[in-house]
Amino acid sequence: MSIEVILITGRSTSQGLGLELGKHSEKYKRGVASCELNVDDMRDLAIETDDLVKVSSECGSVVLRVAELEQEVPRGVAFVPNGPWVNLIICSDTSGTGMPRYKGIRVKIHPIEDGIVGDVSSLVEAEDE
Amino acid sequence: MTFNVTNDIACPFCGCLCDDLKVIISDGKIVDVKNACIYGLTKFLNYSLERSVTPVVQGDNGKVEVDLETAVDKSARILIDAKYPLLYGWSCTSCEAQRVGLELAEEIGGVIDNTTSVCHGPSIEALQEIGESTCTLGEVKSRADLIIYWGSNPLQSHMRHLSRYTIGTEGRFRKTRDDRTMVVIDVRNTYSARVADYFYQIEPNSDYELMSALRVALRDQEIEQDEVAGLKKDEIYDLADMMISCDFGIVFFGLGLTMSLGANRNVDAALSLIRDLNKRTKFLIMPMRGHFNVAGADVVFTWQTGYPFAVDFSRGYPRYNPGDTSAVDILLRGESDASLIVASDPVATFPVEASKRLLSNPLICIDPHRSLTAKAATVAIPSNFVGIECTGTAYRMDTIPLPLKKVIEPPEGCLSDVQLLEMILRRVRELKG
Amino acid sequence: MDLLIINGVVYDPINSVNGERMDIAVHNGKIVGHVNDSEAKVIDASNMLIMSGGVDIHSHIAGPKVNAGRLLRPEDHVNDFEVKGPFIRSGVGGSVPSTFTTGYRYARMGYTTVMEPATPPIKTRHTHDELNDTPIIDKACYILFGNNWFVLEYLKDNRVEDCAEYVSWILDALKGYAVKVVNPGGVEAWGWGENVRGIDDVVPNFGITPREIIRGLCKVNTLLGLPHSVHLHTNNLGRPGNYQTTLDTMRCVEDLADVDPILHITHCQFSSFKGDDWTNLTSAAPEISDYVNKHSHVTLDMGQIIFTETTTMTADGPHEYMIHGISGNKWVNLDIEAETGGGVVPYTYKPKSYVNATQWTIGLELALMIDDPWKIMLSTDHPNAGPFVEYPSIMSWLISKYARQKSLEKVNKKTLRRSHLSDLDRELSLSELIVMTRCSPSKALGLDKKGHLGVGADADIAIFDIDPMRVDTSKEYLKYDRAFRRAAYTIKDGIVVARNGEITTRHTGKTLWIKSGFPQEAFGSLINELRERFERYYTIQLDNYPIDESCLTNSKPVFTQSSLWS
Repeated sequence: MSIEVILITGRSTSQGLGLELGKHSEKYKRGVASCELNVDDMRDLAIETDDLVKVSSECGSVVLRVAELEQEVPRGVAFVPNGPWVNLIICSDTSGTGMPRYKGIRVKIHPIEDGIVGDVSSLVEAEDE
Repeated sequence: MTFNVTNDIACPFCGCLCDDLKVIISDGKIVDVKNACIYGLTKFLNYSLERSVTPVVQGDNGKVEVDLETAVDKSARILIDAKYPLLYGWSCTSCEAQRVGLELAEEIGGVIDNTTSVCHGPSIEALQEIGESTCTLGEVKSRADLIIYWGSNPLQSHMRHLSRYTIGTEGRFRKTRDDRTMVVIDVRNTYSARVADYFYQIEPNSDYELMSALRVALRDQEIEQDEVAGLKKDEIYDLADMMISCDFGIVFFGLGLTMSLGANRNVDAALSLIRDLNKRTKFLIMPMRGHFNVAGADVVFTWQTGYPFAVDFSRGYPRYNPGDTSAVDILLRGESDASLIVASDPVATFPVEASKRLLSNPLICIDPHRSLTAKAATVAIPSNFVGIECTGTAYRMDTIPLPLKKVIEPPEGCLSDVQLLEMILRRVRELKG
Repeated sequence: MDLLIINGVVYDPINSVNGERMDIAVHNGKIVGHVNDSEAKVIDASNMLIMSGGVDIHSHIAGPKVNAGRLLRPEDHVNDFEVKGPFIRSGVGGSVPSTFTTGYRYARMGYTTVMEPATPPIKTRHTHDELNDTPIIDKACYILFGNNWFVLEYLKDNRVEDCAEYVSWILDALKGYAVKVVNPGGVEAWGWGENVRGIDDVVPNFGITPREIIRGLCKVNTLLGLPHSVHLHTNNLGRPGNYQTTLDTMRCVEDLADVDPILHITHCQFSSFKGDDWTNLTSAAPEISDYVNKHSHVTLDMGQIIFTETTTMTADGPHEYMIHGISGNKWVNLDIEAETGGGVVPYTYKPKSYVNATQWTIGLELALMIDDPWKIMLSTDHPNAGPFVEYPSIMSWLISKYARQKSLEKVNKKTLRRSHLSDLDRELSLSELIVMTRCSPSKALGLDKKGHLGVGADADIAIFDIDPMRVDTSKEYLKYDRAFRRAAYTIKDGIVVARNGEITTRHTGKTLWIKSGFPQEAFGSLINELRERFERYYTIQLDNYPIDESCLTNSKPVFTQSSLWS
């Protein structure tokens, strides 16, 4: 079962703190390699907080942890903090503006049983695997 | 135990550049900070946790610690050997360092870009077509009775923005919270939306349509659709009325506009809306700049080269064409063959394809943090934290320049971005002969 | 290295030298009586015209508003650029050049001192950063006071001496050179989208009129003994009929004048409009000149139009909004907390436009109808009425009626019919031109080491490859135009910095500023009094407001005498 949603990336507190505390900690990974979903969408997917989902765009896919909801997310929308995980699925094309599309991207989301949210430093090689 | 308090410290984190921090030092360590938000507090208390002090070079057998002279020499050689080096970052360092960076880029005929490229670049592109009716933050504090945050979540990104500059302040003409109205326009119900007087939840990628509908309403014309951007027609008329009937309104906008579908066209629509509003009342607009000196990078680049970011020196004079001379596009087309990254972590922020290209060529990283980019760099040279361990000038989001102070000594042998860049520039000139 | 410039034809009006062949000796950056031939570099200036380096009393070259203009207009730069060279940094030109290019282009024209005429106090750190990156020329900046909340409050309560102390502290703390006033009271009203219409309109929320602001600041200026008079951009600038406001403004301070001029009306062309609207706009140059001829307490600069595409930029926010309205061009607005405002709008002056052509005649009429060339200085309010690189065109128009006629042939016919310019036969002599471009600005600014070539003067010298003994200014103006665009030699501080259009060395000029003579204790109590209001009005800390002298690459403080502290 998978759903199609619009992905928004943005600032979250743990992502912001990571700029100063460092991006190698488990705490950073837990905060940033995560995906906030709408409660009804979660029910349709039969998933709960801390389950794993695979998020795929036209440029790539990444496994993320379902986050606890702090700020509301509307139906059909997902929120992932800015960071090296979500960058695996952000396309580099800028339509001549210099700016890649980091928000408002169509993605598919489906739950996965076995999956590893990657270690930050090997992320760039992850695509080759 | 003695405590020394340094007052009036400007916080080197975000575009708010709050300059009322009090830093308390005891036994040569920062032990507390007053007036900072959690980001500023975290930076001052923890800056030394994830930082390097020794230059590191990637050799055939892995990473090797080297002395500064070796690192500088290797960096200079990488830059000279490159046909089209990319110098990127610049937003988290001082204006003084940015100036040296520009001189270096010109010397080696490279392309120099700052993080505006992937942040408010589209806002500047729109400004260059439409113009911008703006002000400094004190005007908002003194006069604003209508404050709109559009595509921005300040309680998460610019935590003291409300209390220092907008609804939480007492201004000459607006004494209490009741004298002001706060509106949030966003795709989700954020922390900021919860403290607003009015929250308009819109569909993703629909800002352009909403702004166009507002411009129709401003001209007292009929909006033909029943619903635009997920809002009912009447809600849009109400919002337009609110904007027209204020005495002094301002829209603060964030990356919700620049990063969504439409990018610079969204900002184009916003700037046009505010320009149109000035026929009816006093209205202004300001982008919420992220890093503490990204506005400074744009200002310095512009006065020295005429252009704010994505400046190409490969022909011996400045050229500017976002999409052509901007970092992500250059990387995607595989045009650069080396890079110097200063005060930024593009490996963590760029789309993966661009990061891969960055890492496929020699990369020099100058940064106090042990960032992802520094870890992957061919040459990583640690520097000082501007605004903590060395001085410098930075520009706030409204382009007010402020002096950053030094509150504590850096580690032995650790130099500032300015000093390191000057060393590299000197070595480049020696090698070129 | 000493210099010996031999055999040139020297014009030095201040020292009564009017086209004499003589030698000039330079030692340690100053002009001296003589030097040892064998140890000096000899410049053979035979058959060349020599004058002191140009002094530009009003040109927007540095600071937040100028940079907003650069940012706004990439299209202005794209076709006009400078490649990096052995002594020059690369850059861009157009109507708002980048900082390095600005310095080089002034030097190439034989100009050696330029004044940035409008900086908002809270962003003056930015202005100095840009001036630091403007090579070769000596420079300074004027600080905006005419809409400053502290000034308005002091003057409303008639606390002139307290206001003087505040102004002195600001100039000292922010390293400014003069008191600048732009649309006094009007820019504060623009904080609400309004304006003032005359010098007796009351500024909303402040209970003071422009007349009181102008008079108050003139008194402050006199009390502080500042070298330059109050530098004023009038209310109602750019509006048909505004000449009346200009006359009212000059009249309102007549009684305050003593020996020296007390008020400088800048870019006066924009303030000399007769008529009710754009269709019947005509020149009020006769009325303004008549007044100036009969009074000695004011000086002016022209604000001469050049028919070209350029960029308007001023602290007069409401005026820029008006330009946006009539031109439809993109518009930047920059309101500054508690202090002032500003705006930028690109604009093209066209000879066939009735209004633009009339404006063009007004600047020249002012220069030709004002008898004394010491009273009116050459300027374009760069880049508002035109870019500074076009000054040689203006020089041609001033020295030659043939040059004017040629341009008059191309202008709007209605303008031609209504204008006085075609009836004016006066042609300025070279001496008069040099007064307008060197001597008079130096005197007005209190720069007694500039604008002349006497012993003790700064060795800022311009040598042009044209023989004034043989080339007639009136008929052969084109040769002068060409010569003035590229000095044969520009010498700054005794060093040859430009030769035939090439920059020949790296050089950094000085940034001049007024060092206050107030005792430090006096400032202590002023600051205590200010602190509470400062924190309420501003969004930065008072202690982060002043600029340390070390922020200026080459600082030259200027000391003044005042009755307030002696």
